[in-house]
Amino acid sequence: MRRNILDSEYTVCHYTTVIQWKMLKYSLNLTGIRVTKVAMGDSSKSTSTSRSDRSTHAAKPTFAMSSDNVSISTDFSPELRGRPKAVAKVLRDSKEEPQLLPKESVQDMAKDVTYICPYIGALRGTLTVTNYRLFFKCMDREPAFVLDLPLGVVSRVEKIGGASSRGEVSYGLACKDIRNLRFAHKQMEDSLRKSIFEILMKCAFPVSNGLTIFAFEYGQVYPENGWKVYDAQAEYKRQGLPNESWRITKVNDHYELCDTYPSTLVVPVNIPDEELKRVAAFRAKGRIPVLSWIHPESQATVIRCSQPMVGVNGKRSKDDEKYLQTIMDANAQSHKLFIFDARPSVNAAANKMKGGGYESEDAYQNAELVFLDIHNIHVMRESLRKLKEVVYPNIEESHWFSNLESTHWLEHIKLILAGALRIADKVESGKTSVVVHCSDGWDRTAQLASLAMVMLDGHYRTIRGFQVLLEKEWLSFGHRFQLRIGHGDKNHTDADRSPVFLQFIDCVWQMTRQFPAAFEFNEYFLITILDHLYSCLFGTFMCNSEQQRVKEELPKKTVSLWAYINSQPEEFTNPLYVNYSNHVLFPVVSMRHLELWVGYYIRWNPRMRPQEPVHQRYKELLAKRAELQKRVEELQREVTNRSASSSSERAGSPTRSITPVQTFV
Amino acid sequence: MRMFDGRVLLKQVILLFWPLISTWVQGAEKIDSCQLQVLEMLSSLGSAGGKSAKPSFVSYVTPEEIKSEKEPSRKEKHPDLLPGEVVFCSASTVLKYTQDDLSQRGVFGVLLCTNFRVSFVSDEEPTEEMGQLFKNKLYGENDIPLSCVDNIYGGSEDKRKLITGGLVKNKYPSKMIIHCKDLRVFQFSLSFSKEEDAKKIFQGIVHHCLEPKSLRCLFAFSYCENTSYPEAQRKKQTVMFDSVEDWTQDMKRTKGNCRVVSENSNFELSPKLPQYFIVPKNVSDEDLTKYQGKGLPMWCWSHHSGCALFKTASIPLVQEDNVPQTYMEKMLTAVAHNHLYSVKTEDLSDTLPTVQDILLSYNKFKQFFLIDNTTEFWMSDMKWFSSLDNCGWLDIIRQCLQKAVEVVESLEKENTNVLIMEEGGSDLCCVVSSLVQLMLDPYYRTLLGFQSLVQKEWVAGGHAFLDRSNHLHLKDKVESQSPVFLLFLECVWQLQQQHGPAFQFSETYLTVLSDSVHVPVFTTFLFNNDGHRDSLLRAESPHTQRSPLNCPTVWDWSVQFDCKAQDLFTNPLYTEKPKQDTSVRKSYRPRHLRQLSLPSSAFKTPPKKGFFKDEADNLKKILGVKRLSRWMLSPSSDSPQTSSSVREFYEAWQTKPLDYHGLLLPCLDGPSIRVWMQRYLRWIHDVQILGGGPVAMLSKVSEILGEVQELQRQLDRHGCTLTSNHKGARPRAKTAAAVIAARSSVRLSSSFPFVTSRNWAFKPAIPTSLLQSLMVTGMPGNLADREDDGGPESLV
Repeated sequence: MRRNILDSEYTVCHYTTVIQWKMLKYSLNLTGIRVTKVAMGDSSKSTSTSRSDRSTHAAKPTFAMSSDNVSISTDFSPELRGRPKAVAKVLRDSKEEPQLLPKESVQDMAKDVTYICPYIGALRGTLTVTNYRLFFKCMDREPAFVLDLPLGVVSRVEKIGGASSRGEVSYGLACKDIRNLRFAHKQMEDSLRKSIFEILMKCAFPVSNGLTIFAFEYGQVYPENGWKVYDAQAEYKRQGLPNESWRITKVNDHYELCDTYPSTLVVPVNIPDEELKRVAAFRAKGRIPVLSWIHPESQATVIRCSQPMVGVNGKRSKDDEKYLQTIMDANAQSHKLFIFDARPSVNAAANKMKGGGYESEDAYQNAELVFLDIHNIHVMRESLRKLKEVVYPNIEESHWFSNLESTHWLEHIKLILAGALRIADKVESGKTSVVVHCSDGWDRTAQLASLAMVMLDGHYRTIRGFQVLLEKEWLSFGHRFQLRIGHGDKNHTDADRSPVFLQFIDCVWQMTRQFPAAFEFNEYFLITILDHLYSCLFGTFMCNSEQQRVKEELPKKTVSLWAYINSQPEEFTNPLYVNYSNHVLFPVVSMRHLELWVGYYIRWNPRMRPQEPVHQRYKELLAKRAELQKRVEELQREVTNRSASSSSERAGSPTRSITPVQTFV
Repeated sequence: MRMFDGRVLLKQVILLFWPLISTWVQGAEKIDSCQLQVLEMLSSLGSAGGKSAKPSFVSYVTPEEIKSEKEPSRKEKHPDLLPGEVVFCSASTVLKYTQDDLSQRGVFGVLLCTNFRVSFVSDEEPTEEMGQLFKNKLYGENDIPLSCVDNIYGGSEDKRKLITGGLVKNKYPSKMIIHCKDLRVFQFSLSFSKEEDAKKIFQGIVHHCLEPKSLRCLFAFSYCENTSYPEAQRKKQTVMFDSVEDWTQDMKRTKGNCRVVSENSNFELSPKLPQYFIVPKNVSDEDLTKYQGKGLPMWCWSHHSGCALFKTASIPLVQEDNVPQTYMEKMLTAVAHNHLYSVKTEDLSDTLPTVQDILLSYNKFKQFFLIDNTTEFWMSDMKWFSSLDNCGWLDIIRQCLQKAVEVVESLEKENTNVLIMEEGGSDLCCVVSSLVQLMLDPYYRTLLGFQSLVQKEWVAGGHAFLDRSNHLHLKDKVESQSPVFLLFLECVWQLQQQHGPAFQFSETYLTVLSDSVHVPVFTTFLFNNDGHRDSLLRAESPHTQRSPLNCPTVWDWSVQFDCKAQDLFTNPLYTEKPKQDTSVRKSYRPRHLRQLSLPSSAFKTPPKKGFFKDEADNLKKILGVKRLSRWMLSPSSDSPQTSSSVREFYEAWQTKPLDYHGLLLPCLDGPSIRVWMQRYLRWIHDVQILGGGPVAMLSKVSEILGEVQELQRQLDRHGCTLTSNHKGARPRAKTAAAVIAARSSVRLSSSFPFVTSRNWAFKPAIPTSLLQSLMVTGMPGNLADREDDGGPESLV
């Protein structure tokens, strides 16, 4: 009996850390419980089985199945890997505090805190704040209810109203991952002592309070160094670069040409570095057109840059014009160049007032300019805010679709996908090189270029290839993660925050829905990336540019998310993956085929059970096949043995009694 | 022969340059002689066969008369006619637009109207395609069974007008648009045919598709006279519920304890009652004959606890007469006696939409998929979600599912008998009772079980298929038309989407079944009830009075599809019930024992406006009668209660381990109720996901399933070789795996298997008209105009 309690406790912590025991229970029901029981059965024979082994073993199926509750469990798994032999900790589970990561320390703890869960109601328990996480545990329920979230997820902490009649004060936590949490606890009698929520406010925003982000302390060692996943030279080499038309330049080695660009850039062979500098002068923030991807057959290229500094007077730059002409000439298949401006034409025109603008077709002959009508970061932020209102905590049953439409979220997704589709189509079907830019070329441009590359190149649909894509198009080309996410910054109203990267991941998810066998990674992989976008556990999404990352010595001081992911790739693998890397994927960008990513946006709602039984069934079949294969082989061996013996008995018999059976591989 | 070849060649040349020629012709004010020549040549080429057969506008004419007038020389232009099929009229040089684009391109061919279908036979040699595996044997991709025609529009230039039947004298539109009930859209241009032919074919099609006709003119009758079907084979598969044994068997299976009525086997009690049915034990013989079967509780299904589900046609309350009231109370007592003296009543007419609501909603809904051109499609794309909400179709589906969950809750949780009723008792009663059984009884989630369920609840249950589909276009039946059966299939699809591994049949099966309703060959969907079927089949029988006409039912799938195609009806995700679990059902039983006490006073509910008014209060007290219903039109205080109770029931169920062979409940929250993509989007070119869609996933699963089965076979074979020395020559079981895997080389799309390997240009559909509507509507303030980077302070 005791053992059972421990086990259920243990599962709580490892499966989810979440949310809600109901949902959790569900996930166990769906897959986990059976597996867990198997695991339990095993371990009861050999009690010495270390917990971490069991946890990884038992946790596997949940990933493929449920997307909603496993997410945070990733925050735990590294810890397990960190202390694989901590057997004694089984007992600690029954305690009210979390298991700590290396270098994680408890900052404050408060008993009798009420968590007002929108689904279950008020729960009373113990709240712990560490330098990494917020941990709430309610022991009254069976199994215990646990809420565990990294502080990085918190975007705002505020006191709601004054003290109630019972002397309780209430705090609300707005989170970056589409949920709000509400706590209440007794007002401190000792007014000198700080409330745990004041401690929380300090720890949740280390940047604003002069503290260190936890990623810089977390010293977990993984088998692989994730910072080595992306090597620009190797990636360009994979694409066949440099070649007779394109060269790799070192002009930005010290980030002097452009401080938001990577050090390694691919430019046309014919343009010397001196000219690049003159082109940089004409492009916003010096972000010159450089090659992102080249078609292996047609040599059509995807080029990214920022807007030209045309201004009100329609300024021109001979160097820039020549530069684009050279880019066009590098592709012998086409005598045209498409310039995709991600913005709505109105906004692009408005930019002229601020010195920016777009390429006029007069100045750039043979170039065709297309506006993709994607809105700016502020519109996107507003859209996500509305979406959160619609999906959290509860969904209004009637008018669901109208409410969803009113957020415009999927419309934005559609526009981004449609833009990327047009780019991919021009490159693939039209064999034409394309130039993509928006204003600065680090938000919409990153979305479009990377999505087009996912469509065009099967390599980016693998687990490692996707990591390379993020490292390359997003991190090295200076998508400003620090500003867009606001790691550790309490200024939640900052106009620079925007869910640009989330949108990109959403678009990728939409594609995985349409092509369920074309991606090596699963939904859980995407959710894990998003969770650690905010968690501040890994250094991957810190800082705004490659230059800053080098300066902060991130590879030295922090752990990369890819180290964690690549240490257990099976968790993130789509079992249905068929490697048809040569296929170009053209998704259908009609609203009819776009849907809200329930597994991410509505994962906190226990009623929205994830519906991925296919993977489960597939895995069962795989196991069955392996088992049968084994038995067939055994039998075969036996048959051959027998026939051998029988043939030896009847020596000289010319006929073979059994034909060898072909086994499947 | 040489001459003929030359003409074909010439024609191909003309076709090649057709877009050019047509613009040239249309653009000119006067058509000069040269152009006329071209046009004439074109039309004469098409009608190479000579004069057309005289069209018949009298549908009561006997087939023989038409046959005699038919000219043998036309034969090469015919589709392969079915037994008993005759051509009414035809026209050559009809242009069928290819729907895919706006360029007005198309193929020329002959348009025919037979007593079965409207058919277009292309002049071009049919290219033998790989994708013929899922071919329907009765009609091809360019055929429209007459009862499948939904609406016909006449078009000229950019206007189009709905044709409503009635003789369209001497006028015919240059363009004819046909919307089908299976959501295909055909567009034909008649402007290149001879005027006489064009007029005849147009009038012929309008006449045969839209004008009232007698049931005898439906194709089934002439078809069945000319074909014979082995009946024995059918019997084995699906339980037809046309005999006492079938009913007894089903009651035994569910351990019910009611009375099988066979007194109506010759429809002596009432022609509207089923031939055989089951009532509670306490219903006396004289009760059976009252009110033509109205108010009579018909058994549907017994729960393992002993309580059961009944349905009935409600008796309209006549105020001056108290007799129905007492009769109803008596019947209710009989139901209550079935188990634990408890009964809940549920008047579906009060709580669910009417059949008219269903029709109206569906008519709005289907318009989203009957797309004439791409521009229209992309225009409607922006408002897709709110349009979905506005038509209310998904909400009706949700309401039906929710009602079924309420009934399931009463049966499963409270173990009370449930009596659902509505006027007629054969529409929403059928929907709800079948759904309840699907959720509770895993047998009905197998393919044969599902077919038996449809037989039991819908065919024997007396759903008025003929009136609801109005195949005959009778003016007085327009009101009764309603896609109730489709609504049921929609609900099943939702369940199946949410719990894939629980169902043995596939999505494709449901889609094909929904199409088959409009193929007037199967007796399943042609009649209003048992009595109707019996009288007509007997009357139509060519032989003696004894043996009625032998027609196939829809379950004779081989009439439509060959074996390979039928493999796609099974769901590769389905997991069969493990054998050792057979005792599970019994093990549940003790749980209910504690509820063996009579309902206590806790059952008292505040008096509500209901079927049983205050007079019945005493009865309610005695029996613990409760109403499940809430009033939809007047949202009274109990409506949120019901839905929250359903919610709690769902959540409680959710926390238990999911057993695909146990109780299944659907999630009803907004995002969970979805559009049946395969059925509705399969013909729309722009939304086909090439190389993707569910088939990409399912093919992988079936592939490995095939391997597992192959291994199992090997294992068996080896086992055989080891034990005895003869090889177990087991027949190779066919799987869907083989079908799909065989075609893995072909690029499959999301519309698989309905549209396959058409040589679509591998080009993505780029949406047009992207932004117009997006930002005009209330984008707050100046967000859209702002710069990406906030203010000067943020320039880090």
